[in-house]
Amino acid sequence: MADTMKMRAQLKGGVTEVKVLIGHPMETGRRKNDLGEFIPANFVQLVNASLNGKIVFEAQWGTGISKNPYLTFHLNHAKAGDVVVVIWTDNHGKTGRGEIAVTSA
Amino acid sequence: MQRRDFVKILFAASALVLVPIRAFAAMWNSPAFESTKLNSALSGLGIGEIKESKQITIIAPDKAENGAVVQIEVKSEIAHSESLTILVENNPTPLIAHFVFGEGADPYIVTRIKMAETSDVQAIIKVGNQYFSAKKRVEVLENGCG
Repeated sequence: MADTMKMRAQLKGGVTEVKVLIGHPMETGRRKNDLGEFIPANFVQLVNASLNGKIVFEAQWGTGISKNPYLTFHLNHAKAGDVVVVIWTDNHGKTGRGEIAVTSA
Repeated sequence: MQRRDFVKILFAASALVLVPIRAFAAMWNSPAFESTKLNSALSGLGIGEIKESKQITIIAPDKAENGAVVQIEVKSEIAHSESLTILVENNPTPLIAHFVFGEGADPYIVTRIKMAETSDVQAIIKVGNQYFSAKKRVEVLENGCG
C-alpha cells in the first residue's frame, strides 16, 4: 500500500464524487516500537485537489487522520473526461500525486 | 555577459524560485495542529465565536470498535461555506483537519480519523467572518492513537 494512490471520480446526477486512498503510514510520533523507542512522526500535512488544473480545495491534516488516508469530496461542475489531480506533501517534504478522469455513471 | 542580460537572467531565476512558493499557498499551521487543547487549536486557526447550526450534518458511528479508524462524513448546507475544520476534543492533539473549499467543490467531506477515547467530534464551518458548528458524540471502545 505504501507510495500508492487510488482514485475514482464518478459523475452522477450533476455531482462528481471523487474518492481518494493514499498509501501513507500516518505515524503520530507518539507510538513506540518493540524496543520502546518512539517511532518518528511521519504524516501527510498538505493536500490539494484540482480540476483541469484549477485548485478546487486545499486541506491541512494533523496526525489524527487514519493510516492510509481516505477521502471523498464532491465537485459540482465537472464533466465526463475532466481531469482531477490530488497532490499531498508530508512532514518530511515527500509528495505524492494521483490523477483520474471523470467518468459518467 | 552584458549587464542588461545579467539583470534579465536574475529576474528569470527569481521568478523560478518564487513560483513554487506561491503554489504552496496553504502552509501547515503548526501552532494549531500541535495544540494539545481544543481552545488553543481554535485560536491558532483564528476561530472566535462559534454558533451552533442544524445545517451541518455529521454522520459517524455512535460506537467505534476501533478508534484507529473512525469514518466520518460532514456536510454543510449553509450557503457560501468556505472551510471545514474537524476537531476531536479528547485527542492528544484535537485538531484533525482543515479543508478550504474553492469554487467547484461542495462543502462535503468523508474521511477516516483516529480517536484516542470517547469524545465529541466537532465540525466547524466558516462563512465570511462567522463560524458555525455541529457536534457528534462517538463512544470509542478501543483506543486508536497508540
